[in-house]
Amino acid sequence: MTISTQTFASGVGPRPHGSLAEREVRERVGTLFRFATAGSVDDGKSTLVGRLLHDSKAILADQLESVTRASAARGFNGGEPGSEPGSEPGSEPGGEPGGQQIDLALLTDGLRAEREQGITIDVAYRYFATDQRSFILADCPGHVQYTKNTVTGASTADAVVVLIDARKGVLEQTRRHLCVLRLLRVPHVVVAVNKIDLVGYSAEVFTAIADEVRKVSARLGLADVLVVPISALSGDNVVDRSARTSWYTGPSLLQILQALPSTDELERGQEPFRFPVQLVIRPQGALAPELAAEPAETGDGGPDTFRDYRAYAGQLASGSVAVGDRVTVLPSGLSSTVVGIDFAGTDISVAVAPQSVSLRLADEIDIARGDLIAAAGTFVAPTQDLHAELCWLSPKPLCEGAKVLIKHGSRTVTALVRAVTGKLDLASFQEQAASGLELNDIGSVQIRLASALPVEPYARHRRTGAFLVIDPLYGNILAAGLVKDHPGDHEDER
Amino acid sequence: MSIYTTEDTTLASDDTRAGAKVSAGAAFGAAAAPPRMTSLDVLESEALHIIREVVAEFERPALLFSGGKDSVVMLHLATKAFWPGKVPFPVVHVDTGHNFPEVIAFRDRTVERLGLRLVVGRVQDHIDSGELAERADGTRNPLQTAPLLEAIRANRFDAVFGGARRDEDKARAKERILSLRDDFGQWDPRNQRPELWNLYNGRHTVGQHVRAFPISNWTELDIWRYIERVGIELPGLYYAHQREVYARDGMWRAVGDVSLPRADEPVLTKMVRYRTAGDMSCTGAVESTAATVAEVIREVAASTITERGATRADDRISEAAMEDRKKDGYF
Repeated sequence: MTISTQTFASGVGPRPHGSLAEREVRERVGTLFRFATAGSVDDGKSTLVGRLLHDSKAILADQLESVTRASAARGFNGGEPGSEPGSEPGSEPGGEPGGQQIDLALLTDGLRAEREQGITIDVAYRYFATDQRSFILADCPGHVQYTKNTVTGASTADAVVVLIDARKGVLEQTRRHLCVLRLLRVPHVVVAVNKIDLVGYSAEVFTAIADEVRKVSARLGLADVLVVPISALSGDNVVDRSARTSWYTGPSLLQILQALPSTDELERGQEPFRFPVQLVIRPQGALAPELAAEPAETGDGGPDTFRDYRAYAGQLASGSVAVGDRVTVLPSGLSSTVVGIDFAGTDISVAVAPQSVSLRLADEIDIARGDLIAAAGTFVAPTQDLHAELCWLSPKPLCEGAKVLIKHGSRTVTALVRAVTGKLDLASFQEQAASGLELNDIGSVQIRLASALPVEPYARHRRTGAFLVIDPLYGNILAAGLVKDHPGDHEDER
Repeated sequence: MSIYTTEDTTLASDDTRAGAKVSAGAAFGAAAAPPRMTSLDVLESEALHIIREVVAEFERPALLFSGGKDSVVMLHLATKAFWPGKVPFPVVHVDTGHNFPEVIAFRDRTVERLGLRLVVGRVQDHIDSGELAERADGTRNPLQTAPLLEAIRANRFDAVFGGARRDEDKARAKERILSLRDDFGQWDPRNQRPELWNLYNGRHTVGQHVRAFPISNWTELDIWRYIERVGIELPGLYYAHQREVYARDGMWRAVGDVSLPRADEPVLTKMVRYRTAGDMSCTGAVESTAATVAEVIREVAASTITERGATRADDRISEAAMEDRKKDGYF
């Protein structure tokens, strides 16, 4: 099929659709990396974010000017009590413009209430780029509803930067954060020991904290935690390595973030193909006007070409798929062969996660929104019984017997929470007996589904192991759900 | 576990190519390297996923289409999401009466080419009926909310796509991709639903509707790179052209019926272009010689001022101008 994708014809620099690799070379656009920050109140998270944006030149003159004005109006003097603004003129934080101190936190605290109270209320998304990467940064507030915010930010993150105040060391909340990150299987955790300037750039203090972090991480089974000493306020080891921490020979925070592989890079080739069907594309008479009106260059276009067009639209959740691959449709269990992959009018032979494509199959089988197409022979049977961990995100508590909605992939089903089997004590990492869950609790539950879902354990498949718990009355999100282990393990409890 | 305390780390600290080293290692396994997606590829697929999800979960979606570059990219993505079918929803435009005529002409051409239904809400109608009053500063931008909500109500739209981006403004940086609005179209920034993984929750109650922002994660530069890549046509005012302008509030304002210079504001002819296509009465031009997409990309990449800071008087009303408008039901 050679249908032009250029629905918006233009004389202004149109480019042919090349392969991904070709395009990358031509456009010199890097890969995408999503990361989140987490920390307790006053760990200097917003300052760190402001510093990253400022030092990577993502802050433009008018934004800086507005923040400078606001900082002056608020009598900002360098932020921290005990810091020594101006002790090193010219190299100090936010020295520009005109050597005036600016409150970097104001770059991200955008809401009225945040600015008035000097706190971060909601997750803010920020964007900056280096030569190699475009970064999406989710700045997650640490004070109230920290689990909700951390779970939200971490669910899509390739890495999470956990801040620790060098003067305070590992806190209760640090342990909680690390626990949540372990639960969500965030691919990379970086611990930034902030305010290292306020402990006199002490190697001893840093080493002690790094040891403690290592101990906690080991207990949690959290692998590959990186620890870096920084000062967000004065910029040490944030973008460039600092001469003031000569005892630290590792990379700066930004160097780490540039080097870590993203989730898709990590999982590619390792995860099997999974594709939740969002829509069946079956235009029949309702073709795009340019397809209905004129045949394509080859003469085989026009309405006739698409009379029987039928494809399944969705985004690859994991893995890759190629024309000729055998696939199984769930929950029906029927199999077929991929005969075509369309990317908006371009016929491609291979698709990889997280591409959005349309698949055409050899056989006419019953497939609808909510079904999952998977690599043949890689899936266990769909189940009506879920054993899962829930991160409870709602002020409305969970009681046993609650009726909820569950959204998994592109399907939403009614469900009953049969039992709450335990609640995680985030300080000791032990599960305790519980009969309900409240805001910020993480607990284990058994759920009965009104119809079977093709779930997999979250520990093995993050996409097919994740679901939302939704309030059937108001539509609000009650919890983030993680499928715990193979449903078959609980056959005897039915 | 690798804690950085010695020189012997897997990441060479000064090696700018460290990323290549790590990702070329065990991460990819022995399998042949599959095509790598650039950030623009990922953003495009993310947007397609969101557009399809909203169409699947809502009864009556619509797309806000002003002819501005972000909404043009949105409409292009919509044609891709449903190819070879036609875009399965109408487009809505709030006509302030202060729009650039060439942008309106572009809007009409595009809508006709794609065979779409266009719903227009007019600020003038609401002024004539006495529901809205002209502002002292002459801008009509903040007056768009009433006709927008009226169009949503009259057509019973339950989801409205917008081309808003989070990098545009600090209030937008806080808004969800699917943003729930109450009966009055109001945004409650302190009570937003969490957005987890790529699972979007479209549930809402009667009277509520959702604003969907599939290109939330795109930056101005992403938009332009995408326009270049797929060859998207834009209204001509985005490219350098000769125009009669006068200086006001540090911006070049176009001379027009709704944008007349005062006696002390001399009119000059300048080579300019627009970074945003808002109202003539509140949008400024920037001096530019960038006449092609490639030249615009170079200019945007080198710019030291944000697009809204450079060209939008409506955002200069106060530090939280966008937040205040959104709370009232604005885009």
